[in-house]
Amino acid sequence: MSLIETLARMEAVATGRAAPLATVRHRHLSEQPLVFVPLTTAGEAGAPLGALVGTDREKPALLAVPQPRNRDLRFAFLAELAESLLPYVDGFADVVEWEERKETDPETGKKVPVQVELCADAPQLIVPSAAGIDFVRLLGRSMRFRRTAEQEPEAPYPAPPHVPLLGRWFTHFGERARVPGASLLLSMTGLLTRHWATGQSLLEDQHLGALLAWIDPPARHPTSTPRRQRSAPALQGVSGRAAAERAESARDADGRLLCPPAGPATDPAFDNRLLAPAMARFDAGVPGAEDEIHGLIESQLRPTWDAVWHGIDLLRGLPPGARVADRWKRDRWSYTAHRDRVRAGEPPQPRRDDAVTAAQKLASRETAQAQLDAQEALDDPLVMAGRRLAGEALEGTVTAVEMAFSEGRRPMPRPLVTLRTADRTPLPERAKLYRALPDGKTQTAEFVAYAAEEPGALVVRLTGGMGRGRTPEPGSVPEPDDAVCWTLFEHAPRGGPELPDPEDTPWTHGGPPGATGAPEDTPDTATAEDFL
Amino acid sequence: MLGSRYAQRTAYSFDPAAEAAAATDAILHDTLHGERRGVVVDSPPGAGKSTLVVRAARELAAAGRPLMVVAQTNAQVDDLVLRLAEKDPRLPVGRLHSSEPGAFDPALAELPAVRTSAKAADLAGMDIVVSTAAKWAYTKVDEPWRHAIVDEAYQMRSDALLTVAGLFERALFVGDPGQLDPFSVVGADQWAGLSYDPSSSAVSTLLAHNPDLPQHRLPVSWRLPASAAPLVSAAFYPYTPFRSGTDHGDRRLAFGVPSDGSGVDRVLDEAAESGWGLLELPARHTPRTDPEAVRAVALVVGRLLARGGAATSEHSPDPAPLTAARIAVGTAHRDQAAAVRTALAELGVTEVAVDTANRLQGREFDVTVVLHPLSGRPDATAFHLETGRLCVLASRHRHACIVVCRAGVADLLDEHPSTEPVQLGVTVKFPDGWEANHAVLAHLSEHRVPWRP
Repeated sequence: MSLIETLARMEAVATGRAAPLATVRHRHLSEQPLVFVPLTTAGEAGAPLGALVGTDREKPALLAVPQPRNRDLRFAFLAELAESLLPYVDGFADVVEWEERKETDPETGKKVPVQVELCADAPQLIVPSAAGIDFVRLLGRSMRFRRTAEQEPEAPYPAPPHVPLLGRWFTHFGERARVPGASLLLSMTGLLTRHWATGQSLLEDQHLGALLAWIDPPARHPTSTPRRQRSAPALQGVSGRAAAERAESARDADGRLLCPPAGPATDPAFDNRLLAPAMARFDAGVPGAEDEIHGLIESQLRPTWDAVWHGIDLLRGLPPGARVADRWKRDRWSYTAHRDRVRAGEPPQPRRDDAVTAAQKLASRETAQAQLDAQEALDDPLVMAGRRLAGEALEGTVTAVEMAFSEGRRPMPRPLVTLRTADRTPLPERAKLYRALPDGKTQTAEFVAYAAEEPGALVVRLTGGMGRGRTPEPGSVPEPDDAVCWTLFEHAPRGGPELPDPEDTPWTHGGPPGATGAPEDTPDTATAEDFL
Repeated sequence: MLGSRYAQRTAYSFDPAAEAAAATDAILHDTLHGERRGVVVDSPPGAGKSTLVVRAARELAAAGRPLMVVAQTNAQVDDLVLRLAEKDPRLPVGRLHSSEPGAFDPALAELPAVRTSAKAADLAGMDIVVSTAAKWAYTKVDEPWRHAIVDEAYQMRSDALLTVAGLFERALFVGDPGQLDPFSVVGADQWAGLSYDPSSSAVSTLLAHNPDLPQHRLPVSWRLPASAAPLVSAAFYPYTPFRSGTDHGDRRLAFGVPSDGSGVDRVLDEAAESGWGLLELPARHTPRTDPEAVRAVALVVGRLLARGGAATSEHSPDPAPLTAARIAVGTAHRDQAAAVRTALAELGVTEVAVDTANRLQGREFDVTVVLHPLSGRPDATAFHLETGRLCVLASRHRHACIVVCRAGVADLLDEHPSTEPVQLGVTVKFPDGWEANHAVLAHLSEHRVPWRP
């Protein structure tokens, strides 16, 4: 945890209210996100119990499995889920814009510009918590290798139509969610903890109800008794801490949590006291038992559903960061690329990545992380303050500018800028510095020395961002009294080197996939068949 | 348990030079005449890894087999080129570098047989071409090199090897398995257990796919003194023990100025006498850049220089003065290193290397002063417990190592046992950081000087 986040958490403890970690919203929030609140069956990996799905906060679709151990009912649920989700996911596929991209011409081997489709918008799934993202991955894995009757007419137990397709999309969303800053699939707890710091632990922040209670505590508890209300705090609303405690533990007369877990795990007390007896009645064929289970599951889902939308409201109150759209565009590329793979009839994503794909994914995520860290700081003075506190950036006022030129055949402007700063950023010798120019470009500079006569003053030499001419372009050299912010980190870090094609995987990494002797796919001798 | 490992001491006669020579001969034989595509050499700290790389490179070149050398940092590459040129000033060596200004050590320009370039094509025909893995990854060759040497292979990530492995047919992989493992700033759990997990070390991927490659290890540390090798070997290399090349009494550290009786001077005397010193500050939870501990580190360095230290070793019969260039300060975090540098500058001390464990890897000094990674912390995270971090910090010295630490680290360790999840298919590394930390702490406590700033 960074120092500034620790400070924010201490502030939250002291005031009883969450403290802001950001002044802008650092993730894209769709106009029309799809909220997906799943529940799973305790003790049965990959057996969904129910879900609320939809883009309309007033009218979620309730899907429920009255007996999750019944595979037919489970498949009926997955088919229904596909029916309610895929129209939304596909709904963005046909509205496209054109982008120019450089591609290698297969005949000449040269890079030539080509026009390619880019979807104008993309779907956005929001689940309540990080565990919900894992559950999306699990569902994706369990669905994408299924075969429908159309694909394999002879095979027994065909999957309902669209189920494999939903599995592939869920897998894609789950993988994309591992890319730092990506927004196709987001968890509400992740979104809220990025923008606010609470006075509880990171683990406790995974409880959506408690987290919201810190950020936006209710004006007063709707059901609290007068005895518990103290006069003064009641006027200002309850403290976040008290509201969080209540969110975690308060139960109604039936013993149900007022704020059930955000899923996919359920409250054990609910399972034992209410759900298990209702399922027993369903198994026994008692009339009305199915409706009863639907009602019970909805009672557990609805508070979380409302909480997710409450979170969306809070986040919409923040203006988006300037570079958020840039990152969303990458999500749109990702969506478009997967749409194309599905349309081209490519097989589902493999069970495991091969060596080259794994290395590629890791490299692109590391680049995305570096870009995200830089962009968030540039978009948000509060985040930049954290970087300054961590000794990775400094802000100061220009006190003097002295023109100078580089040596060599073509002297280039290398002005020396003196600035005064109160930041105590340790600068290594000849440290490379970066500054965002108003036109969005980055200016580079080099740390020269601390000014001898004046504490807190230092000299940097501008080394770029001034155009190609002998005189710097107007506005590219700061002037005295300008406030400038230099960072020690790059603003647009580059990606890594090109990797070999999978069929050229070297001997150190087992050779091309599928080659003999590869240790990864030794058959499991203990299990007769393995569909996952 | 540690005691019993110490008990293995010289029951039989041990000739370090002969043992090391035999190991080197076997490695060179496998490299030059072996049938296999790879040879792996594990080297404990200061066991002559660089000497081995230089020798293997020269012998391959002499046999008319040009080779590429892959190191991990520019400093390592420059150091290798300088060593090669020192051994044989007429050997044609190419230094492939990035196109950034100041990409290589200007001293290389003085060497007559060394050619530097940012393009591999300019270096065609050189016997040996040396560069970093990052630069090699952008290089394309028509015909792969027949030989390569991969230096610091345990610090290289599997995905970095993937980008360069297509450039060579066979390779000698040399590295220290006890130092810091490579890491990733983003999660890589999804590939844990796969043989080619891109975030694991190059050697673990190589051996997972080629388990029958010949593996060697260098048995003697020439750097670590007899006072340090048993502890470092037992704490960090429990199943591959090594010995020091020198014996007790071969090296001596003495001061011209007698002790003033302060805690700082007493810990210096203790370290000069025994090779280890622990300056223990009162227990306290502090920020990372604990001002008192930072000041204590600076004072220790200041007194080391002010008291006119002199080091006698097997290199020469006359004592050599302990200069600032022969002293290093090691920390866990960069901001701690920056704070120590500032504190040293206030004392007027310059030229002392102050850096994090990552950057001190592979370097050697007479005396090191270490700010303990767990000093003043309220918790012990996986980062601070990492075995390699402590191993690097405790194995850079030829004479003595002085650790500055807040009291209470043993209790802190007991409150924070390792909680890393066990991943299927991943070889569990021994020892874990928790055990290694305890082993080192137990040894240091015998050389403890309490001090109240």
